[in-house]
Amino acid sequence: MLAARDVHAFYGKSHILHGVSLEVRAGEVVGLLGRNGVGKSTTLKTIMGLVRPARGAIVFDGRDVTGVATHRLARLGLAWVPEDRRIFPSLSVWENLRTGLDRAGVGHAKRADLLEKVFRYFPLLAERRYQAGRTLSGGEQQMLAIARAMMLEPKIILLDEPTEGLMPRMVGQIREIIETLRQDGVAILLVEQSVPLTLAVSARVYIMEKGVVRHEAPAPALRADDAVIRRYLGV
Amino acid sequence: MIQLLNGLVNGMILALVASGLTLIFGIMDVVNFAHGELYMLGAYVGTTVLAAGGSFWLALGVASVTIFCLGAAIQLVTLRPLLGRDPLATILATFGLSLVLQNYALWQYGPVARKIQEPFTGHFRIFQLEYPWYRIIIAVLSAAIMLALWLFLKRATWGIWIRATAQDRTMAAAMGIPVPLVHTAVFSLGGAMAAASGVLYGPLVGVDQTLGPGIILRAFIVVVVGGMGNLGGSVLAAVFISLLESFASLWMSPAQAVIVSFVLLIVTLLFRPTGLFVPTPK
Repeated sequence: MLAARDVHAFYGKSHILHGVSLEVRAGEVVGLLGRNGVGKSTTLKTIMGLVRPARGAIVFDGRDVTGVATHRLARLGLAWVPEDRRIFPSLSVWENLRTGLDRAGVGHAKRADLLEKVFRYFPLLAERRYQAGRTLSGGEQQMLAIARAMMLEPKIILLDEPTEGLMPRMVGQIREIIETLRQDGVAILLVEQSVPLTLAVSARVYIMEKGVVRHEAPAPALRADDAVIRRYLGV
Repeated sequence: MIQLLNGLVNGMILALVASGLTLIFGIMDVVNFAHGELYMLGAYVGTTVLAAGGSFWLALGVASVTIFCLGAAIQLVTLRPLLGRDPLATILATFGLSLVLQNYALWQYGPVARKIQEPFTGHFRIFQLEYPWYRIIIAVLSAAIMLALWLFLKRATWGIWIRATAQDRTMAAAMGIPVPLVHTAVFSLGGAMAAASGVLYGPLVGVDQTLGPGIILRAFIVVVVGGMGNLGGSVLAAVFISLLESFASLWMSPAQAVIVSFVLLIVTLLFRPTGLFVPTPK
């Protein structure tokens, strides 16, 4: 459903992605592992149209979407949950959700449905509905970031380090959410530092090194044999 | 007492111009030097409608809509291509634009000032002094327009889009908000507000092509003193500065009273560079 083909990208003059190719099938959870600075976040940003690929193509739903504006991609069904969460700080929780909810084709019933769903997953957000985004804790902001992405009814969520800086209890909750989204048929491209979490929730895993994908394997194979993980990640 | 009233009335008009300016800056990081010209052209469109036999209220409406459309055209042609460039590029572009619009007005309407007839000529007595009703109407209408803007930003979908774009343009785009369209709309909206102020204030000053520079300087002071991009701050600053000038003119000539606002500007820049009504960031 989503594929990157030989994508090269630059930040200014530094060459970050040296030909990344990967694929996510409909409803599939795919992990993207690698050390810091190998270009995982840049890969997600490039897919989201925030970094323009110098070469290569992004294909989404059978359509070449390379160079398509970010807001159009969002409407097509691509959602991005950035690693720094990027909650709109002076918008309330409710208004943050509305940024994704107020769009053509969302009637009253669907609106109520979507809200009911995220408030069921994240009861805390319902409680804090009228609080400004900046007053939430890190974990709450992460939940809001995921909830906000869900408002777009995405086919795939690009999830960048969702557990970074969270308490273990919150990490467990994020893991449950990923499971639930998968059961709902939402595909996820997950960038994570936590190898055990990634291997637990993903069907397949790509391992990146120096701006390219070095290795691809089903998650169960990596769980059974951690030699590859040790080689590329040193853990 | 008259000083207090005058200060409030001028302050509300200034606030209306400045809130458009600060809105544009807050969303697009564009310092719009052509804002005064949109104000001036709005007033001129008003005179045209009045000359054609339209009422004052029709003039107000037509001027706002016309400048709204002109603003959209200007944004699409001159500012959108410059998005993401050095701020200097947009400053030069809007400055050039202000010269073009000024000379257009001179060419189209000639150098003789035109008059907009106020819709109310009545006065009322206050403390043994006559005060024109129309000035009170100006203040009330300006306040109403700003209140409407505030409600729009607070509740409407577009309002939320505008605020989200102001806070994080990239994330707004990632949420499917059509950011380029939001930029155009905000520029148009700011322009329409300037045009409305031009028509409202026209009866008090007379309309000529130098109207823009006259108000834009003070509007900039207001925007800086109120905190760049801060709507509420701008309104407070506009009223504050106008009151200050108004009272200062008790002791000096009105031309000299302007000095007071510059002093305030310098003091603000020295001690509260983020704006008088914004908590200084730690």
